[in-house]
Amino acid sequence: MSVVTNPVTMPATHPEAGKEDNYLTHSSGFLSWALTLDHKRIGMMYLVGVMSAFALGGVLALMIRLHLWTPNLEPNQAWLLNKTYNQVFTLHGAVMVFLFIIPSIPAALGNFLLPIMLGTKDVAFPRLNLGSFYLWIAGAIFFLFSLFATGLDTGWTFYTPYSIESQGPVIAATLGVFILGFSSIFTGLNFIVTINTMRPPGMTWFRMPLFLWAVYSTSIIQVLATPVLGITMLLLAAEKLLGIGIFDSRLNGDPIAFQHFFWFYSHPAVYIMILPAMGIISELMSVHSHKGIFGYRMIAYSSVAIALFGFLVWGHHMFTSGMADVTTIVFSALTFTVSIPSAIKVFNWIGTMYQGTVSLNTPMVYALAFIFLFTIGGLTGLFLGALSTDMHLHATYFVIAHFHYVMMGGTLIAFLGGLFHWWPKMTGKMFNDFGGILSAAIVFVGFNLTFLPQFVLGTRGMPRRYASYKPEFQLLHQLSTIGALMLGVGLLVALLVLLHSLFYGSKAPKNPWGGATLEWECSSPPPHDNFSSAPTVGDPYDFSKIEYDPKTGSYFKKK
Amino acid sequence: MTTAVAPAPADQEHDAHHEHPAWLAHHFDDAEQQFDAGKLGMWIFLVTEVLFFSGMFCAYALYRNRNPEVFEFCSTFLNEKLGAINTGVLLFSSLTMAWAVRASQLKQTKTLIGMLGATLGCAAMFLGVKAVEYSHKWSIGLFPGKFYVSQIEGAPHSTVPYLWYLSIPALILLVGFVLYYVYAFVAASKFHLRVAGPLVVAALCFFGGVKLGQILEAEESHGDSHAAAGSNAHGHEHSDHDGHDHAKAALAPTVNLLGEPETVLHDVAVSPAETNTPDSNVNQKGMAGLFFSIYYCMTGVHAFHILGGMAVITWLIVKSARHEFHSKYFGPVDNVGLYWHLVDFIWIYLFPLLYLIT
Amino acid sequence: MIPTFLADINDTFWFPKQASTFAHDVDWLYNAIVYISVAFFVPIVAAMIYFTVKYRERPGYKGSIEALHNTTIEVLWSVIPTFIAGWIFWQGLLGYLDMQSPPPAGTEDIKVIAKKWSWNFKYPNGAESPDLHVPIGRPSKMIMRSEDVNHGFYVPAFRVKRDIIPGRFHYSWFTPTLEGTYDLFCSEYCGDNHSTMNAKVYVESEEAYAKFLAEAIKEPEDIVERGKWLYERKGCKTCHYAGKEGSAAGPGPSYNGSWGKPVPLVKGADASGKETLFDEEYVLNSIMDPDRQRRKGYEGAGNMQSYKGQLKIEQVEALAAFMKSLESETPPAKK
Repeated sequence: MSVVTNPVTMPATHPEAGKEDNYLTHSSGFLSWALTLDHKRIGMMYLVGVMSAFALGGVLALMIRLHLWTPNLEPNQAWLLNKTYNQVFTLHGAVMVFLFIIPSIPAALGNFLLPIMLGTKDVAFPRLNLGSFYLWIAGAIFFLFSLFATGLDTGWTFYTPYSIESQGPVIAATLGVFILGFSSIFTGLNFIVTINTMRPPGMTWFRMPLFLWAVYSTSIIQVLATPVLGITMLLLAAEKLLGIGIFDSRLNGDPIAFQHFFWFYSHPAVYIMILPAMGIISELMSVHSHKGIFGYRMIAYSSVAIALFGFLVWGHHMFTSGMADVTTIVFSALTFTVSIPSAIKVFNWIGTMYQGTVSLNTPMVYALAFIFLFTIGGLTGLFLGALSTDMHLHATYFVIAHFHYVMMGGTLIAFLGGLFHWWPKMTGKMFNDFGGILSAAIVFVGFNLTFLPQFVLGTRGMPRRYASYKPEFQLLHQLSTIGALMLGVGLLVALLVLLHSLFYGSKAPKNPWGGATLEWECSSPPPHDNFSSAPTVGDPYDFSKIEYDPKTGSYFKKK
Repeated sequence: MTTAVAPAPADQEHDAHHEHPAWLAHHFDDAEQQFDAGKLGMWIFLVTEVLFFSGMFCAYALYRNRNPEVFEFCSTFLNEKLGAINTGVLLFSSLTMAWAVRASQLKQTKTLIGMLGATLGCAAMFLGVKAVEYSHKWSIGLFPGKFYVSQIEGAPHSTVPYLWYLSIPALILLVGFVLYYVYAFVAASKFHLRVAGPLVVAALCFFGGVKLGQILEAEESHGDSHAAAGSNAHGHEHSDHDGHDHAKAALAPTVNLLGEPETVLHDVAVSPAETNTPDSNVNQKGMAGLFFSIYYCMTGVHAFHILGGMAVITWLIVKSARHEFHSKYFGPVDNVGLYWHLVDFIWIYLFPLLYLIT
Repeated sequence: MIPTFLADINDTFWFPKQASTFAHDVDWLYNAIVYISVAFFVPIVAAMIYFTVKYRERPGYKGSIEALHNTTIEVLWSVIPTFIAGWIFWQGLLGYLDMQSPPPAGTEDIKVIAKKWSWNFKYPNGAESPDLHVPIGRPSKMIMRSEDVNHGFYVPAFRVKRDIIPGRFHYSWFTPTLEGTYDLFCSEYCGDNHSTMNAKVYVESEEAYAKFLAEAIKEPEDIVERGKWLYERKGCKTCHYAGKEGSAAGPGPSYNGSWGKPVPLVKGADASGKETLFDEEYVLNSIMDPDRQRRKGYEGAGNMQSYKGQLKIEQVEALAAFMKSLESETPPAKK
């Protein structure tokens, strides 16, 4: 990059004075984006990428819901054949998990915000960062291949021995996951190194914004869990290609070993998905209550605790698969330990609002929706962690509803909240707040309508991954489908609000919400190098000096 | 909070504060920060590598625990001499790599290139020996999983020239490097000569490794023979027969691609009482085949890491030939050194686990 | 659709009928957790809404920035949930141990064979059936194995679920307490027709159960009837359409109207891509060695497994007679 090796000399400009230099206008042309080493541009490219993946996954989800409008008692008369339905839900899961949720917050928002919130010019390894992005693209291409080659029908879990004998493009998909895994590892590695070695003077561990604590914990999981998924996927590909038999019962291999290997990654991966979301909510609750976060250290420690406990509970995906009883019981006990740090966070968020000054704008509405939905998601986890109830609920719609409440009601809602919150910073444009709140409201109602009925379907015995069902379940399924359509409308409104702001939005001030963290001290959008010299760092939640200036429409820090 | 953080979008201001030499990336404050970041990054990467291999070590532990007799039976097919010589080669390469790090700090470019070249050569020799091991196993049908051919005494060897296939890439590279050397010689470019020399030597080392492997393999076949497999073998004792008739046979072993569906469940349920000897129970796709799956996965993934290491060492040689390293900037050599020691370290585990423990 | 948590214990808002001894305990714990969850959820949401309204940003109001920490309350809301979670774990553990402990003596041992996409139940007297019959009030033990991929044995009314992983045996037991017909689902994803891999569970009185066993062991006298009987019990029905029965969406060719007609074959190990006649010999070969004679158009149609050792030649003869009888029936158009 020319920008990096021989810095372009440009006159020092002040935001108010004439043409402004920011990361978007710093250089132009396709290659200036495609080969950029700027973490902000890489973050924006990720953002476009993950949102496209989300759109694809969302369309697949609507196909599932529309197919389930009727019980499909005559499978060959149904809208989708059984085979097609299986492919649709497989791709929905795989695209959403591997292409959207895992990279969504860390890779898109994290990439953009981490160096700025930390007060550095870039992440530690900018080339590696760009490399991660292209690995993501490569992985996505493998996935698109398996989409258009039609026939990946293993479920996103790739359980053996079915995945070994499936005719679908399993090798392409596993290699896609393998590559995406490395993308994720390198992002995590980059973030850990950045936070460890590049904090500017004054940025002690306990002056880091909670979002950074969350991203740091997430990165630890990414680095420690993903390699195991990598080798599992490689062995599965070898299983298909060479018939190595390690996971194939016909060759004396052990399918349960595959499940252990798979969940050793994929359970911590759940925390890769939710931890950064919790970090966003910590920021949102504090900034929009105009009050410091309640119990800062408890939230910081609970992030790390979740990251560590997250490694010990993978077995709870396999309570019914015939593990030894002692193993099963130990995993159940450990599972309950994870619930405590999550509960602590929820209480602290509510505590943050206490006696504060709550601005009910779009990001805050999303944050409140998150607390509502995540609490349901967390509490329903208790039913699945308890052994005897899990015997009934495992692999039913109850599980589906539970993890959608956590992954979608949690991570997606937090992602949207964070996106609205930092949108003025990222694009320099303000959005229509009414439109934002409207989208949040529609999403909230649609979401609950989609997934609340699924809890009841689950307890009544509706198994997951079924293309047809007993007529008595039809009413609940139809409610769910209506909800899903509503959810789609809500998300579309959110997208329109954001797109509208790009073209017609008013110029965003430096600090539109009144945040005290460092990103609000750069101009919006930030300049190419974030900070010309290392910033002075104070308490990220010290709101005593934050004042509103009606003239600029911006908050500022009193001297 | 003071005005020090006020937005100042100009990005060249820092040039006034610090000297930013070419080797120091713009976003680092000083050489120390850059070095620390690189080093921490490499350590974390090594952690991921260990976890990557741990998956296979788990598989090893699981199946060894389940069928110890399979592992005992199969490890007799592995030639400890080849394993031992490879261990020695890798240990030596770790020494040369460590020496290279020291040379880079002292700016001794000649020594640095020499040591990196020696490391590269050792790596190539390791692969040469490995090629002999693999090709010999394939020729007698010791394939992974469902391609495993039950070992029957005196069975004909395959005539497929696996060793040739494995050597072709090295041969192409050798030719390429020699041409490159000739070009450098003609162009009288010191830089190109410094790069081409070690590459030619390394490519030759591969064939040195192949020769060495062949000598040791031949000794093994004629001296202490492998366990003769088959129904007439008694227990796990090594048979006195020479199980490896090197006579060329017209037929390659036929490989049953479909597997027998009837054996789906019976493989598990089979009790030793139903079979004549423990070996005939072990000597089949679902048993010995599984061992060889694990063997090929572990050593294969390790070999890919050696290849990756060779690629980055080549990159270091190019950088060294440009005199890029000095006492303040030797991070890349140091980090590649760390990686190389890890690859060595993993082999130190693989060798006893696969070859020695019985 | 009105929640009736306590009114009708047997068919509540949440659950299907309680038809086994485990059901009551599971439902009890479930309801307990529901109450605990409500006890947490309602105050959380109430506080959230109350704070949002009370501390809303408005002219003339300036909130405090002080309340950032309170050790007492933070310890309380860490410790209390810990104890509650511990209690839930303990209750779940007790219920689980009940299911996992060896069943009382005198169980009815039923062998369960799961394969894509049908169930086969083998009773102590040697009878087989595609649906499960169990006697009421007496523990039944399922000895389960899979012939191909992972399956799951799930009877919601019993609150019992067990994965069936190929290559090993899995066990499950229960004591039915309520006569009736219940659903049995496959709960582990197993491919194309996973969603139709269902069966019925008949909980019957001892007399009815004994009568069923006695009848189930008799093969029908008439050869065509016997063929149909085998078709229903040996898993053919899952993939092949016949008469008006079976899965038309199944991957296998339909039996209807096939008899005596030429069958185009794929080039394979044995056949050289020619045709053969749909006759007894063809039926025998297809059942015993399905890979040898693949019919054109069905190359990738799953992997039908060999029935070698599972069917006697007389039984194949009966099946062939059954197929022959289906000349006139035509299957519904495949979409």
